[in-house]
Amino acid sequence: MASYTLSVNGSRQTVDADPSMPLLWVLRDLLNLTGTKYSCGIGQCGACTIHLNGAPIRSCSFPVSGAVGQTITTIEGLSESGDHPAQLAWKEEDVPQCGYCQAGQIMSAVALLNNNPNPSDADIDAGMSGNICRCGTYKRIRSAIHRAAEMGGAA
Amino acid sequence: MSATIQKFNRRNFIKVSATVGGGLVIGFRWGSAAHHEKKGDALFEPNAFLKIDRNGRVTLLNQNPECGQGIKTAFPMIIAEELDVDWKDVTVEQAPLNTESYVRQVAGGSGSIRSSYTTLREAGASARAMLVAAAAKQWGVKASQCTTKNSKVYHKGKGKKAAYGDLVDAASKLSVPSDVKLKDKSDFRIFGTRIPNCDNDAIVTGAQKFGIDTKTKGMLYGAISNPPAHGLKLGGVNDSAALNVPGVKKVISWNDKVAVLATTNYAAFKGKEALRINWKENGERESSTRLNSEFARMIDNETGDTKRKVGDVHAGLKKAAKTIEAVYEVPFIAHAPMEPINMYADVKEDSAYLLGPTQTPERARQAAAKILGIPESKITVEMTRIGGGFGRRLKTDFVEDAVHASKLAGAPVNIIWKREEDMHAGNFRPAAMYKYQAGIDRDGNLDTWYMRSASTTERGAIRPENFPNGAVPNFQIDTFFVPSKVTTQAWRSPHHNVVSYLDQSFLEEVALELGKDVLEFRLELLDKAINNPDGKLDYDPVRLRDVLVAVAEMANWGKSTKNGIYQGISAHFSHHSYVGQVAEVSVKNGELKVHKYYCAVDCGQLINRSGAENQCEGGIIDGLGSAWFCDMPIVGGSSQNLNYDSYRLIRMNEAPDVETRFLDTDYPPTGLGEPALPPAPAAVANAIFAATGVRMRKLPFTQNSLA
Ligand code: FES
Ligand code: FES
Repeated sequence: MASYTLSVNGSRQTVDADPSMPLLWVLRDLLNLTGTKYSCGIGQCGACTIHLNGAPIRSCSFPVSGAVGQTITTIEGLSESGDHPAQLAWKEEDVPQCGYCQAGQIMSAVALLNNNPNPSDADIDAGMSGNICRCGTYKRIRSAIHRAAEMGGAA
Repeated sequence: MSATIQKFNRRNFIKVSATVGGGLVIGFRWGSAAHHEKKGDALFEPNAFLKIDRNGRVTLLNQNPECGQGIKTAFPMIIAEELDVDWKDVTVEQAPLNTESYVRQVAGGSGSIRSSYTTLREAGASARAMLVAAAAKQWGVKASQCTTKNSKVYHKGKGKKAAYGDLVDAASKLSVPSDVKLKDKSDFRIFGTRIPNCDNDAIVTGAQKFGIDTKTKGMLYGAISNPPAHGLKLGGVNDSAALNVPGVKKVISWNDKVAVLATTNYAAFKGKEALRINWKENGERESSTRLNSEFARMIDNETGDTKRKVGDVHAGLKKAAKTIEAVYEVPFIAHAPMEPINMYADVKEDSAYLLGPTQTPERARQAAAKILGIPESKITVEMTRIGGGFGRRLKTDFVEDAVHASKLAGAPVNIIWKREEDMHAGNFRPAAMYKYQAGIDRDGNLDTWYMRSASTTERGAIRPENFPNGAVPNFQIDTFFVPSKVTTQAWRSPHHNVVSYLDQSFLEEVALELGKDVLEFRLELLDKAINNPDGKLDYDPVRLRDVLVAVAEMANWGKSTKNGIYQGISAHFSHHSYVGQVAEVSVKNGELKVHKYYCAVDCGQLINRSGAENQCEGGIIDGLGSAWFCDMPIVGGSSQNLNYDSYRLIRMNEAPDVETRFLDTDYPPTGLGEPALPPAPAAVANAIFAATGVRMRKLPFTQNSLA
């Protein structure tokens, strides 16, 4: 066990954890940030996607010791009041079914938009294929990303 | 909402007085429980409440579990339509399962809408009638001269209007009318519009709670170990390493399960990995190879259990001018919902509280009562939003885990299965093999249809009521049962998902053998079922024909000139809805690409267009994805594909575009959580055949070489 100070959604948090504890569990178990989801635990589904310095990572496979001194953003910290263009687009396109995968989908989509403010369908395929939606909302996720791009999604 | 029942008024509706804040509250019953009341005049217990408060806010206590089918939005839409309220004034609360009177509280079978439609309409119409009566009384006019729109009552002649919120107190002093007139179809304002999922705000901000997020004071997380091969028994547990993991508190076991309890989810999972468990052999280990050879042997050599028989297939095949035969194979597949299996339980001396993503709270409560030996009335079950069910959470095994664990630990627990634990533990869609034989008479007509199905489910992995039943004079379906240690469980649109793929594929094998157009051939058979059916019909062949014709028109069937793109067609009736689909694919260098689906649907009265389209899109992706990739082979007794690296699910780059059209029909609404799925695999399988000449006789499609 060791003590780690992390920057999560703009605030400093100190946690006691073993160095290999994945960020996913630090967020969920120690910081009560449960918007980030566990589904596969092996980096295959994207449900646990968060941003480390703005880049998407699979938090289930990323140890806490690697995150010190870097900026962590989770779905809870994406915007002040749920009004990031991607969040608005997700609602306008009425994307969610069960909703379980959607936090991870949105975090991947925002990372994509940050890199590429106007992604083509092929860019979306490449940027989003690491995120599984078991309910099959892919068509709407694609439309929502295009819509967020129109709204200036890299905001 | 806490409310006390004031007085009995009419059989299915009562007025209830709200204890907080006043307003009009109507309690009612829905589901089949409504009928039971007709027997006596005793005070009945409502199982749902509709409340309108002084600010005009409408609250519906909704008791159906939500697992992504959009019920939580569709139900209040039905009430709102009859009540004539502004949609923005409506909120929905999830009601706990707290009385025996809850009925149809099961998210399966796409039956939620169908069983509740009339009751919900009547509830809305009753409240509206009371508000109108209150306004009419105040204004000294006849109720029949008043109209309603967007949460207001109007009297045109006197130029009067009043908001519902200002009328609720007066309305609550009136009695519930004994008869209400429901709206005419032409007056619908909400049905067929697009209303977004009512939990979207919470979902896109990460605020939405799922069962896995439940955490209470003093609660322990539990990680389960199931036997690593089907049928193994628990020998001994060496838990010393597990107990050394920081945060691990206890290791417990019961039946053939072991659970590690810890203060964090992380520690519970880590502790589980550190367990050393001795599992005992229990007879032969299962394998897919054994099952397939058993299936093949039985289909060819034994007399099955006849589930449907019209005419005489044996005589038909004997005198046929031509016979066509094919064998199809279907593997086990998992449900693999994104939210892992979990359940929270807090077992006390003589009561228990359960919270979690069950698709069937009634059965969950029964199971808990049986384990604890206490009456069901002492057990409260509340539901969380379900992160995907697909039938998996109709089973109560995980509920039982939580009950056992809480009882043994003497603490509240949230039992969460690691992904791999759910994937290897069975509860799969049954594995099966099917042999089809078709007989063609001298005039070139399909005269005999004989399907023999061997599977791991005793009742048979079949749907004998389906088309082309009714269109063929000699028709028979036989089943053969091969017991297996691998447990099975209903999988989204049970058996339909396989049978539609089989029937709609083999139908084309027959059509092509006869040199007929595959759509024309289906339409000829449906004409026969319409005009001169053979045996009993369980579906409406007119409605099935209409969705086929509609989807063919949408897709420009047979006339499309897009380069390198091939079409396949399919249609199926299930859960009272009719769906026709055309898929467009291309195959290059053995690589399949699915470009688009067209989908024509007759689900009766459309409620929420956005939700319904979402269900069709999702159902198609699920049907396509599972047929294309999903496979759970059993080797040496163990399931082989334990996580999403090897158990392939369809992904963004493989998902096609979907275009859906709803036919305007006058039937009551039927559900859509399932019906769009079954036709999807065959539409693509048939398109692949058109592109390559390769028939997909095995699932998943990846088992057939396209090169
Ligand atoms: S839970 Fe991290 S990728 Fe699946
Ligand atoms: S909405 Fe259910 S898994 Fe994506």
